[in-house]
Amino acid sequence: MFRRLVSMPVVLLCVITITFFLMRLSPGGPFDSERKLPAAIEQQLLAKYRLDGPILYQYSGYIRDLVHGDLRLSTKYRNRSVNEILSQTLPVTLTLGAAAFLMAVVIGLSLGCFAAARPASFAESVVLAVTLISICMPAFVLGPLLILIFSIRLHWFPVGGWGTPQQLFLPAITLAAPFVAVIARLLHDSLRETLGEDFIRTARAKGLTERTIILRHALRVAILPVVSYLGPLAANLLTGSIVVETVFHIPGAGGFFVNSILNRDGFLLGGVVIVYCVLLLIFNLLVDLSYRLLDRRIQG
Amino acid sequence: MTPTKKPRGLFADKVGYYSSIVLVFMTLGVIVGPLFFPSGYELPGPDTYRPPSVAHLCGTDLNGRDLFLRILLGGRISLLVGICGAIISLFVGTTYGLIAGSARPGVDNSMMRLVDILYSVPRLIFILIFINAFNERLQIAASRHGWDWMVGSSRLVILILCLGVIEWLTMARIVRGQTLSLRERPFVAAARVIGEGYWTILLRHLLPNLAGVVLVYLTLAIPSVIIDEAFLSFLGLGVQAPQSSWGSLLSEGAASINPLRSAWWMLFYPSLALMATLLSLYNLGDTMRRSLHSRGR
Repeated sequence: MFRRLVSMPVVLLCVITITFFLMRLSPGGPFDSERKLPAAIEQQLLAKYRLDGPILYQYSGYIRDLVHGDLRLSTKYRNRSVNEILSQTLPVTLTLGAAAFLMAVVIGLSLGCFAAARPASFAESVVLAVTLISICMPAFVLGPLLILIFSIRLHWFPVGGWGTPQQLFLPAITLAAPFVAVIARLLHDSLRETLGEDFIRTARAKGLTERTIILRHALRVAILPVVSYLGPLAANLLTGSIVVETVFHIPGAGGFFVNSILNRDGFLLGGVVIVYCVLLLIFNLLVDLSYRLLDRRIQG
Repeated sequence: MTPTKKPRGLFADKVGYYSSIVLVFMTLGVIVGPLFFPSGYELPGPDTYRPPSVAHLCGTDLNGRDLFLRILLGGRISLLVGICGAIISLFVGTTYGLIAGSARPGVDNSMMRLVDILYSVPRLIFILIFINAFNERLQIAASRHGWDWMVGSSRLVILILCLGVIEWLTMARIVRGQTLSLRERPFVAAARVIGEGYWTILLRHLLPNLAGVVLVYLTLAIPSVIIDEAFLSFLGLGVQAPQSSWGSLLSEGAASINPLRSAWWMLFYPSLALMATLLSLYNLGDTMRRSLHSRGR
């Protein structure tokens, strides 16, 4: 556990370094445009955004600013700092992500239990087939499809935008659907395996109901693969939210991320990546802790 | 009465059989299909946004191009990226997994720790940055060396390399697990006793025994790479016009959906092609895995 805590800053530093050098070493600066700027003005601009001097000097300066919590200025959205942009957009992305996360976990776990409790039944094969289809339906297929059916044809939900619970529903489903399926299949497989073990036979011999056996005994063991999937799940949700935000026109951090690549807006890009990685590292630490609480057999 | 023995093997169940038929059709279709279209079909025409008809089976797009032909041409790119990317991931993952699985426990632990970290980092985001940072550089290098084919397809080449480099994690985990159990088997001990070296044991004894598992996960890696490519192209950061893939067709399809006029066919048919391919690949991989599993017992 201690090693974990030590490795976090190392990972973060690697992430920052890679991002910084990727954005600084790519050809073309943030102020290149059709019309060439006069040299003096370009020099001043570079100085303002602290992009002058040798690259290693720039790097150390950037790290110093980051330590002070300053993500610097955006080079595209002039006079707006990256901190300001992120403080406006990140809550949106995180709300969407949290809603999708809850949906994926709750629906996924229930579906997995439901299917595993009915081995070799019609219901089980339906769940397995539907989840497989859902895995093959990435957000950029499902999202427009849902808009077409539920917003444009049936007028049940708004086409896009952000702010009301109705506007959250379709995007969250779109984002969560493939991961609902992954969790359901993961839990189904591990439950089926666990239900064949000796301690379950003992529980059956005691005369417990099937419901108690699954929920109180088998699930505690079978849920472990799902718990260790939560870390990658969070990373996938953050990546997926970029597409969902584009499809549903949600003003979140994902759209700014895509634009910052196209605009060579290095500090905004770096800011988004660094904040995402910090969030994921913290989340992974929490997942690790809960894994240890659930499974006392893991020591050390 | 003895129960009739069920046929074992790859096509024991119907799902694997039909999946491979779909895949063969899809592959042949995207390779041969475009040759049957009269020339000029891929060019912009006067008939924009036509719904499906006899002349245009899947309708036409914003510029009056035949959508059916575009789906076939896009499938070439999507499948090419998927297969090449998966093969690269196979090389990286197998090498990494073999080395980790046969190394000392300390080395193995830290190598697998790295895999865990990479799993929980948004890799696709780094790939996005990487592709856009190095595309121009590669183009400049390619035109300097006179590799003309490379100038037009530099993005495709980078895309394949990058996606191969991020989708190897699962492969590495599986190969490492298999290596760990294989190295305890008597035939490896026997090889060690007759004095064979580390690399010989690795390449001559362990690797051939991994072939089955590797093939299964190659099949399962292809759809992941196809999805990743479609993701990048959907955002406009992957394959660039005039080339198109299923991802970029889908992004055009999504853009054509609005309350005033929705060209549903532009969304529906590319989705159908993509999903049929993904579904068949996953099913085939699953069938192969189960058949391998039952044979191993």
